[in-house]
Amino acid sequence: MAKDNLLGGSLWDAYSNKVTTLMNNPQHQGEITEEEAAAHGNKLIVADFGAESCGDAVRLYWEINPETDVIENAKFKSFGCGTAIASSDVMTELCMGKTVDEAVKITNIDVEKALRDDPDTPAVPPQKMHCSVMAYDVIKKAAGLYKGVDAESFEEDIIVCECARVSLSTLQEVIRLNDLKTIEEITDYTKAGGFCKSCIKPGGHEEREYYLVDILADTRRQMDEEKLAAAADAGALGDFEHMTLVQQIKAIDAVIDESVRQFLVMDGGNMEVIDIKSSDDNIDVYIRYLGACNGCASSTTGTLYAIESTLKEKLSQKIRVLPI
Amino acid sequence: MQVYMDNNATTMTDPKVVEAMLPFYSERYGNPNSLHKFGTSVHLPLSKAIDQVYTGINAAESDDIVFTSCATEANNWVLQSVWIDKVLNSDKNHMVTTEVEHPSILATCKFLEEQGMKVTYLPVNEQGIVEAHTVRSFITDKTALVSIMWANNETGMIFPIQEIGEICKDKGVLFHTDAVQAVGKIPVDMQAVHVDFLSMSAHKFHGPKGVGALYIKDSQQLTPLFHGGEQMGGRRSGTLNVPGIVGMGKALELATQNIEATMALIRSKRDRLEDALLELLDDVMVVGDRNNRTPNTILISVRGVEGEGMLWDLNNALIGASTGSACASEDLEANTVMLAIGADSELAHTGIRLSLSRFTTDEEVDYVIEAFTAAVKRLRAISSSYAKVGPTPGGEAQACDLLYLHDKCD
Ligand SMILES: Cc1ncc(COP(=O)(O)O)c(C=O)c1O
Repeated sequence: MAKDNLLGGSLWDAYSNKVTTLMNNPQHQGEITEEEAAAHGNKLIVADFGAESCGDAVRLYWEINPETDVIENAKFKSFGCGTAIASSDVMTELCMGKTVDEAVKITNIDVEKALRDDPDTPAVPPQKMHCSVMAYDVIKKAAGLYKGVDAESFEEDIIVCECARVSLSTLQEVIRLNDLKTIEEITDYTKAGGFCKSCIKPGGHEEREYYLVDILADTRRQMDEEKLAAAADAGALGDFEHMTLVQQIKAIDAVIDESVRQFLVMDGGNMEVIDIKSSDDNIDVYIRYLGACNGCASSTTGTLYAIESTLKEKLSQKIRVLPI
Repeated sequence: MQVYMDNNATTMTDPKVVEAMLPFYSERYGNPNSLHKFGTSVHLPLSKAIDQVYTGINAAESDDIVFTSCATEANNWVLQSVWIDKVLNSDKNHMVTTEVEHPSILATCKFLEEQGMKVTYLPVNEQGIVEAHTVRSFITDKTALVSIMWANNETGMIFPIQEIGEICKDKGVLFHTDAVQAVGKIPVDMQAVHVDFLSMSAHKFHGPKGVGALYIKDSQQLTPLFHGGEQMGGRRSGTLNVPGIVGMGKALELATQNIEATMALIRSKRDRLEDALLELLDDVMVVGDRNNRTPNTILISVRGVEGEGMLWDLNNALIGASTGSACASEDLEANTVMLAIGADSELAHTGIRLSLSRFTTDEEVDYVIEAFTAAVKRLRAISSSYAKVGPTPGGEAQACDLLYLHDKCD
């Protein structure tokens, strides 16, 4: 929030003139019938995307030359707001004259760019970006129908944010490399989630398969696990100073079990580790003697020295053992 | 011609109201809390405005009507302070409201839920209202408050406030009503109903923006939301908005003076508009029985025409309408009321609200009929819903899971 956001802003004023003109007077709105397509020796493909219950629906008609795969004519019908109609119109225009394979390469970004008056100014405000996404999806659907394949087979990567076309793998990579911790940071780095916001968390404009909140949480969890695993590996390699407290206690117990405890038990005693306090110079291991050791003369001299030197040798030179 | 058909969002300030307010800007600008003449000289006009508001809703002398900055404040005040008084400092933990309240109620409920309040959101029936017996069945001995609007902003449907009030009285539960869309539009008589708290807003009845009020029955306990000076008897601190309060008094007086006659006038225009649209257009539906609606409101669903697209065409014809509420048009969401009344999901995005006022003329109604039907014709010609050639087998789309989002803002 800042000065610019104090007023909601006027949605329609942010539209390019092209959007306004095409909404008021779409150029390619209409239908193509089987008979018309047949008369030209062409194949008719009609694909729907979206639904009235979602707030946007588009039907795309392609008349395709079966010899060349060229889309010789195209029309659309649309249930939607101004930007949905204008995007459908421009998308239909972009398809014409292209082969089906070329057409599938048209993305929502191309559609939005084609609606700009000026190359550097977005044609629609952020929350309307998703309207051009539908225009892009319906192309895939039509192409899939024509080629007899699934529309998703044209998608190489899992797109999490359709508006900005950001893929799952990109998001995971950016979160890791830049150690991102918040959704705002993700949006700043990738633009994902900056437009219609559906992909941020469930409950937005449309339901999504992947949400940024989950991707962030999962990636961070993985990063934490990796860090722990790395620390554990380091511990196994003897880097005692960089272990977590729990790992240190385990490591000390292991050494004591291996080299010390048996001698104490022989004399009817034992010991336990109470606490570990690390400072820059020392790692102080607080222990308590049990049984016969408790109060025995050598517990503050010889035995103590033996325990300390074993730990020093096996774990870290910084260790000091302090009986309490 | 330019026609304003969005009077449930806000209204034109009546020029008579502006006239009454003007002296209190640059001439009589004293602070009523001051001891000097500048301050004390505004006491008389303020008392007059207070009288006008008490008369406008027939409040008793023993009741309080506390001026606020808006109805949003009044709504927040009641909910947040009942939370403090009855939940934090007593043994209740629950409140009852409806799914179709204004965000100033729903968002506050969500906030209180985060603090630990239990909230029951009652669904509305196909008429867009909740029935009194439904309210009764959800009140428990842990219920602190029932908050149910008097009339809905999107549909204009009037809720059974009298019966709900009786139930709350019976059960010993506090009852608040957001009467923003009722006050000034239909008779509101505080001595004929049992209501503990009532919110209202001047800009919905041709008064100024930025002034509202909370009615508090019998001056009962309600912890203040704003702490500070001793204004409004300590109930709501902040230097009084003198011109605003004067304007609110005048506006309510003008709106309620001959309310039956004014209602009849608005209703006749509204009904003519509604009848014409229903007759001229196929596949349209108006929500709710018109006899139980505020007399100025029509929520009409036009099959195959998306609401915002329709607003666009109406705007091109210089007609201001709404898809159910002012900020919904920013947020692109389905109309909650449409969903709540159980309309076909295809209709969820097709609601257009036309709301008239006592300033709406017959010529304006004629013009809207013409422009509205022309817009529907044009958009249906583009609409996929009315296309004749069907999709290639396998090319059909699936319907959506509709999302219920409570963010309607006027
Ligand atoms: C039912 C209802 N409640 C509350 C409000 C909020 O009123 P205000 O604008 O005074 O905060 C509105 C209108 O905006 C409304 O329609």
